[in-house]
Formats: sequence, C-alpha cells, structure tokens
Amino acid sequence: MKTSEPIVRFVGVEKSYDGITRVVDDLDLDIERGEFLTLLGPSGSGKTTTLMMLAGFEAPTGGQILLEGKSLSHMPPHQRNIGMVFQNYALFPHMSVAENIGFPLSVRAVAAADLAARVERALDMVQLAGFGDRRPAQLSGGQQQRVAVARALVFEPKLILMDEPLGALDKQLREQMQLELRRLHQRLAVTMVYVTHDQSEALTMSDRIAVFHRGRIQQLDTPKQMYEYPRSAFVARFIGENNRLEGSTESTADGRCTIRIRNSETRIEGTLVEPVQDGGAVTVSLRPERVQIHVAGHTIGARRGCSLAGTLREIVYLGDHVRARVALDGSEDFTVKRPISEAHAIPDVGAAVEMQWQPEHCRVFAQEN
Amino acid sequence: MLTGAAAAGHAALASVDDDAITLRRALRKSRRREQWRAAALVLPLFVFLAACFVVPIGAMLARGVIDTDVARILPTVTAALKSWNGSGLPAESAYQALIADIRAARGAGTLASAATRLNYDEPGFRTLLFATGRQLPDELTAPARETLIGIDPKWGERDTWAAMRRAGGPVTDFYLLAALDLQRDADNSITGAPPEQRVFRDVLGRTLWISAMVTLICLLLGYPVAYVIAAQPPGRAGVLLFLVLLPFWTSLLVRTVAWVVLLQKEGVLNSLFMSLGLVHEPLKMIYNRFAVYVAMVHVLLPFMVLPLYSVMRGIPPSYVRAASSLGAKPFTAFRRVFVPQTLAGIGAGCLMVFIQALGYYITPALVGGAEDQMISYFIAFYASRTVNWGMAAALSIMLLTATLLLYAVYNRMVGVDRMRLG
Repeated sequence: MKTSEPIVRFVGVEKSYDGITRVVDDLDLDIERGEFLTLLGPSGSGKTTTLMMLAGFEAPTGGQILLEGKSLSHMPPHQRNIGMVFQNYALFPHMSVAENIGFPLSVRAVAAADLAARVERALDMVQLAGFGDRRPAQLSGGQQQRVAVARALVFEPKLILMDEPLGALDKQLREQMQLELRRLHQRLAVTMVYVTHDQSEALTMSDRIAVFHRGRIQQLDTPKQMYEYPRSAFVARFIGENNRLEGSTESTADGRCTIRIRNSETRIEGTLVEPVQDGGAVTVSLRPERVQIHVAGHTIGARRGCSLAGTLREIVYLGDHVRARVALDGSEDFTVKRPISEAHAIPDVGAAVEMQWQPEHCRVFAQEN
Repeated sequence: MLTGAAAAGHAALASVDDDAITLRRALRKSRRREQWRAAALVLPLFVFLAACFVVPIGAMLARGVIDTDVARILPTVTAALKSWNGSGLPAESAYQALIADIRAARGAGTLASAATRLNYDEPGFRTLLFATGRQLPDELTAPARETLIGIDPKWGERDTWAAMRRAGGPVTDFYLLAALDLQRDADNSITGAPPEQRVFRDVLGRTLWISAMVTLICLLLGYPVAYVIAAQPPGRAGVLLFLVLLPFWTSLLVRTVAWVVLLQKEGVLNSLFMSLGLVHEPLKMIYNRFAVYVAMVHVLLPFMVLPLYSVMRGIPPSYVRAASSLGAKPFTAFRRVFVPQTLAGIGAGCLMVFIQALGYYITPALVGGAEDQMISYFIAFYASRTVNWGMAAALSIMLLTATLLLYAVYNRMVGVDRMRLG
C-alpha cells in the first residue's frame, strides 16, 4: 500500500462570502489516507467552511481541492462519494431508521436483498440491531447520532466528514461517543475529517489536529505535540489551560530568553517559540499543571528565573485535582493545578507562596496583535 | 398484637387514601379559578358567535327540513290525509276537509303560501288550488269528491293527493332529496327526478371539479413560489411574502372586476394581443371556465403559499444536503427527502383552497358563463330570487356536509394538529 499519496489535497484554497474578507485564506492541507484529522477552531475560524467545500456544498473562490488526485471543482456533492454526518444529524424524519440507512444504497440502485443485509450490518456495527423499524424521533440523541454515522458509513465511502456531530449530546454521552467513533475509525481504516470547537474532543479522538484561526491553519500536529509544544500564542491559548504573563524580552540566546514581567521588576526565563527581537513584547505561557507551589522560602532547587512569588488567594477542590489561585505582585491572577495526591502539600489561603517550574515549560511567544 | 398492627396498617392506608382525595380536591379547586378565568375570556366571542352565526345559520339550515306551511294553512285536510293509506283516493271526509280549508284560507288570504309549497313538488298545483277556490259553489249540491273532480279532474288523481300528503310536515326530506335530483313518488319511495329537472348533481359535480382544478393549479403555481421564498434570507423572504399577501388588501369584488376589465373582448389583454399581431380576432377569455379558473386561482393562491412556506421554512437545508452527500441527484433529493416533509403543508394548503373554492359565489357569477356557476350561485338564486328557502337551505346543507366530510378525511389522513397555516 502506497502511503505517501494523500487522499485529499487542498492547494491554495480560498473562500469569501462577501468579496471583502476571506473566511478561508490560502489553505494548503494534505489529508493522509486512513487518518483521523480534526479541524479545530473557534466559530468563524473557517473550519466548517473548509469541510463544506470538501463536501461540495460550498465552492472555493480560489485554489483547488483534489480527491485522490482528481480536481473536485466541477463535481457536485452527490458524485463525490463522501459520507457526511451533520451537526443536527439530518436524519430524514419521514423514514424509518432502516430506510434512512438504506437511502444511500437505494439511490445507488443496490438490489433489495443486498440492501437489507447491508443495512442490518450497519445497524449491528453501531449497536442498534433491532431498531430498524423505529422513526428517528423515537430514538435518543445518542442513538440518532449512531444512525447518522451508520448512514454515512453504509455505502463504504473512502472519506467521512463530521460536522460537530456530538455537540447536542450531554457530556457523559459525548465522551462515550468519542471513544466509540475512535474505535470505529480504527476498525474500518476509513479516513475521517472531523470538525469541532471542543479541544478536549479533538485531543481524545484525533491522529492529527489542524487548529484554525482567521481562515488559516495555525498548526497541524498530533494531539501531544499540539498540547506540549504549541507554536503560537493562539494555539497555546486555545488548547488546554494557560497562565499568560505579558512582558518584554531583555536578552535572548540559544532559544532561551530573559523576560521582564510587565508592571513589575520580576524577571523570568523562558523558551522562545518564535523569533523575537530584543525588547519585543511577548506573551509567556505556563500550563497550570506544570507549576509547583510552596510556601515562600521553602522552594527546593528551583532554577533562577523559573519561579514567581505571590499570595495564595483561593483553593478550589475538584475531586480529582485541586486548583489554587495566586495573586501576583502585578495583581494578575495565576492558576496552579495539582493532582489530588499532592493536595496536602498546598499552603493555606493567605500564605505567601512561591511557584516554580522547569524552563522548557515556560514558552514565550511574540505578542499577538 | 398482630391484629393491632394490621389495623394500624389499614389506618395508615386509609389516611393515604384520604390524603390523595384531599390533594385531588385541592388541585381541582386551584384549577377551577383558572377555568373560570378562561371561560370569562372566551365568553364575549362565544356570545357573539352564538347570536350572529350559530343561531341564524341553524335556523336557516332548519328550513331545509321543516315543512309547516301546508299544515298551518290547510290544517283539517292535512289531518284527514294522515289516515289515508296512499292507495286509491282519499275518503270523502278528506275532500270535505279540503273544501273547508280552501274556503278558510281564501278568507284569510293565506292560500298563496300553501300553493307555492305544493307547486314545488307538483308543478301546476298553484293554478289548481286557486282555480278550485274560485270555482267552489257556495252550497254543495253533490258529494265533495264529485264536486272537486268536477272542477278539475286532477282531484281524482292519486299523485295530487300524494303530493299534498307529502307536504303535510312537520318535517320533510323533500328539499334534501331535490338537492340530489331525487324525489318521492306516489308510493312514497325514492326515485330519480325527471331528466329535464335534473340539475343539482351536475352543479355539485361541477362545484367539486372546479374547486379541485383550482386547488391543483394553486398547488402547481404555489409550491415553487413557496420553495423560492423559503430559501431566501429572512429579510428578503419578508418582502416576497408581503408581495404574495398584497392581494389580501384589495376587496374580492374589486379583484374580480379587474379580471373582467383584463379579460373581456375589448379588454386589456385582447387589445395587447391584437396590437402585437398574436391573434387576428379577440380571444374569448371571459364568461367561460377559463376566466373562472384564472380569477379564483388569483384570489386563493396566498392560502396555498402561506402554509407551504411555513412548513418549508422549518426544514433545515441540511436534510437536502444530507441526501445529496449520500448520493442522491438533486431531483431525487427533492422528491424523496424534501417533498415528503412538506406533506402537512400541502394538505393544509389544499384543504384551505378547496374548502374556500367550494363556497365561491361572486367570482364565478361575475366572470363565468351559465355553465360555470357553482352551488353557491344556486343557493343565492333560491334564497333571494325565487324565495324558496327550503331549497336554499337544502343546498347549503349539501355544501356544509361536503366541507365537513373533506375536513374529516383530511383529519384522518394527515391530522389537523399537524396542519400549519402560516
């Protein structure tokens, strides 16, 4: 099997609705065969438009989309052979579950016996055997979701698109469905492109994540890389929690730099992610779970420039972890997240504390404009 | 000990029951206020409807079955005919009663009403009664039967007396049967009306046919319009709907007369076609079925567009998108996914247009020919021109029944609660 050839290629794709702004701007993206790719971004970032262009419901105003090397420019949606799961499921309310799942087969003129067998198999696959005669309205949200997935899979498309399919489900069901979809993907080895604005969903399910912002892909990476090594302040902010400190660089060397925190004499050291001029405005990003907290003066072996002092203002108990809110000298809030097993080591509210971290976890970005 | 516990258990159960009863009573009491409030809010309209619609319409429709004119004006002969078994001629006493009644009615000046009613059933009865009244001798010199047959041999015919007995009231199916081109013969069994008198079945059929055609044309014209409007962004959809509703702000009469101006022989359209050289002599576009269809469709189209639009607006575009992503060609997606979801709107629109069309009067009267008149025209004809209220009421009952029947069928098929009117 040749793995180098991507199944979908976006080449310089642009989309504008009003002729003034570009909702999708010069998009280059290769989707690998068999991968689970998530397009992640806030609303209006262009992720859904990208999906709709791939499905054929929107036409690009520039560039090309290639499916298995062939241009999709003049191919209407019904000829693309791409399965799609919609946000509201779009199950046809006047058809039974079996008729819904059989629909893509019946429009392809599949013989009745074969059709029935394939519908049965699809129902089995999503654990809904015996539900074929029900109407969509008689199913729960999670069941409707599965019918929509079965309907998109039953005609064996090479590519399946999903537009925030779990958005309407409650948290518990959503997490269950995330794992189910991931298992389904691994079993069928089909390429899936998934749109969501929920970063934890993206982290859970994806082989790769493309983070969209203002019509452009900010970063395309595996979940782990995306979380641990965000390459822009936006990605750092959008994925996971963050403590953000603003300041300016004083000196840079070998990818490290010294930063003076704004409105304060404190200096810390960090890892430069983007090239920054000396004295340039920067944003420092520190994950709350990468920070340790001690009573002031009790720090053990902290590196110079890798700690901050403050006053512990609040402790919130969350069952599996504890969050501590610390007021810094510049009166900015700083959050520290410790696992419950270390909760006993957290000082009392009102105590003067010191926070410390490893230098590679303090990431420095050029300030967003 | 054990029995004590059981008794306590019973007591506990009883108190649970008591509790439930008190609760139910309290609930009813708390609801009663609301019910009174609701009733008070509905009351003014209810009184208005009862006084201005239900009672007068009920009284009008009752005239289709009530038949008391003859019994009131010719009471003794009506009573005497009750004992006649219908075979042969009535007894001498009936003849005597008739003579007495005619004399009394002539004296009171009320004979005309009875004569009119009898004439509906048996043409010529009016003349017979009045001639008989004039020729009655002051003193009977022979038996009443011979005297009357002497005046007019019709008094020796069974049909004459059967007609009189049928009109004896107090209720009759005469008008209802007549509205279906049926009548009762001398033996009181139902037969078809003589061919030259049969009109109402044709009229009813024509009314249904015209209404069905108008409904179909409205559907064919309205569906694409509703589809286009529903696909517009809300602002533009509002403007387009306004245009669809524009005809509502003009009176029905004005709109119909406007069609006369447009369609008549020297009208706007014919002048246009002539000057363009499309036709060499004026087209006959008015006082025929074509004009009736055009004018009725124009008036009724909004009633089709509104429910369709309302239903289509509620169908998210993702359904048709889903269908096409699943491989359905545009028309297949439309036919198999979009249209079935608009069935409730199609049903509501068709029902509204069809039921309104059934009762159309002014439009066919103004732009239609003699062969295009619908049932309402005949109701008006009997009510105001010949003052045959019984016939007008019977035809009204037919119209009302047809309407209710259709409504019931629709309710059975689609469910009125699913109907969306806009």
